[in-house]
Amino acid sequence: MIEVHDLHKHFGGFHAVDGASLSIREGSITGLIGPNGAGKTTLFNVIAGVLPPTSGRVTMAGEDITGLPPHSLFHKGLLRTFQIAHEFASMTCRENLMMVPGGQSGETLWNTWFGRKRIAEEERALRAKADEVLEFLTISHLADHKAGQVSGGQKKLLELGRTMMVDARIVFLDEVGAGVNRTLLNTIGDAILRLNKERGYTFVVIEHDMDFIERLCDPVICMAEGRVLAEGTLAEIKANEQVIEAYLGTGLKNKEQVGA
Amino acid sequence: MEFLNAIVALTNFVLIPATAYGAQLALGALGVTLIYGILRFSNFAHGDTMAFGTMSVVLATWGLQAMGVSLGPLPTALLALPVGILATIGLVLLTDRVVYRFYRAQKAKPVILVIVSIGVMFVLNGVVRFIIGPDDQNFADGGRFLLGAREFRNLTGLDEGLAIRTTQGITLVVAVIAVVLLFWFLNRTRTGKSMRAYSDNEDLALLSGINPERVVMVTWMIVAALAVVAGTLYGLDKSFKPFTYFQLLLPIFASAIVGGLGSPIGAIAGGFVIAYSEVMITYAWKKVLTYVLPETLAPDGLVQLLSTDYKFAVSFMILLIVLLFRPTGLFRGKSV
Repeated sequence: MIEVHDLHKHFGGFHAVDGASLSIREGSITGLIGPNGAGKTTLFNVIAGVLPPTSGRVTMAGEDITGLPPHSLFHKGLLRTFQIAHEFASMTCRENLMMVPGGQSGETLWNTWFGRKRIAEEERALRAKADEVLEFLTISHLADHKAGQVSGGQKKLLELGRTMMVDARIVFLDEVGAGVNRTLLNTIGDAILRLNKERGYTFVVIEHDMDFIERLCDPVICMAEGRVLAEGTLAEIKANEQVIEAYLGTGLKNKEQVGA
Repeated sequence: MEFLNAIVALTNFVLIPATAYGAQLALGALGVTLIYGILRFSNFAHGDTMAFGTMSVVLATWGLQAMGVSLGPLPTALLALPVGILATIGLVLLTDRVVYRFYRAQKAKPVILVIVSIGVMFVLNGVVRFIIGPDDQNFADGGRFLLGAREFRNLTGLDEGLAIRTTQGITLVVAVIAVVLLFWFLNRTRTGKSMRAYSDNEDLALLSGINPERVVMVTWMIVAALAVVAGTLYGLDKSFKPFTYFQLLLPIFASAIVGGLGSPIGAIAGGFVIAYSEVMITYAWKKVLTYVLPETLAPDGLVQLLSTDYKFAVSFMILLIVLLFRPTGLFRGKSV
């Protein structure tokens, strides 16, 4: 569904992404792992249009989407979340969700003054949908709280909720698990699996928590130094010499610490 | 009786003029604060945008006057306002297309945009003087006073008169309408919410499918309308002289910063803080004090803290104090 060909992103002399090529299968939950500084987030940023690539090409379902601005990618069904949760702090959680679908009729000045009825109907539908999403994520009680004041984990749920407000096709999740407790992480995991099964979302997940990866992801791609090191099931990845050397050596140790 | 006279004198010479001036500053500061919140730079060309808008209104007013159109007791300029707003919207959208958009695409730092806006300021400055000349232009017509000083004296039997000029009344009414419309727009409409979202978190707004170019365009249109309204009200109240509008930049920025850059409520509060301080510090208190104090204590001098020539020093001082002790302003805007 997404094909990345020989992508480079250089910041001055630093090659954050250095010739990465990979493909994401439709309907999969692909895990993206690798040591810190491997270029995972930069890769996300380039695919999602936040940063222009230095060179290389990204296609989505055969269509070239290299360098398109984020809001156009959004309308093509490509969404992403942030490593550190972003929210519109001064709006309530419900309003945050209702912000999401772009191209609403209330966005033109003409409709603002002359299309009040249509906007009201649309808002009603959106409100119902937002409440449904909050229910699904088990945070209905936060609907009228300012998004800037809810906890970090709840913000992550809200980010996931944002992707549910539209018919996303592919969602890039940047460390959904970072700074989130086990119970909430399981809730997030459940939501991802259900969205994948019931709505056919394709996910790409950056994650350091191996249990989380094991539960959700197939296949897994391991990156290091801006390149793709290996690709396969988690078991294959774990057995890969190069990967152990570059990343999992420390990754497995982390896992033991978490288990203990 | 003495006390009542003191209050009337105070109202007449301080409260009413300061309220009208405050409303004008508030409208100007709203424009500055919106640009800062959404486009993320301090727009130094705002004073000259106001001058350009007012100039368009003045020209349209003259046209209407030549055709014999009049609003009776109200100034004809009110009829010309939409023309000025349209002309200024055209101007700012053109500037945005030709100048700012290029820097936006480069993701230029705010400080670069500030310098760019200074460039735009000089160009506009020249354009306005080229079209209408650097001199004072009077375009106010209609009734002079809502309430005359003599009428008031006859009505109440007090020694002091209280005059309310038509322009002061209009300033307040128009400012209230403009602010109500603006807040309704920002809080109740989808476009307004997109603007707030964009100001809150640009990255997330983009990833929520909000089209940044549209948000920017709508912002410029609103800012242009506010600038023209502010400029025209100021021009009606005082007079129109291009250089004065350039000078207004300081109190306008002071207002926006005192209130908290990026906060619309702050801009309004800031406008009044600056206006009241400026008028009170440059007012000669002799008259009011003579009424209030016992005869032996009555002052000989004018009791004017600062000559009106130095009125801009007041904005400067307030600005300095706010930046030192509360850089985010009264309403916690973005830190400068």
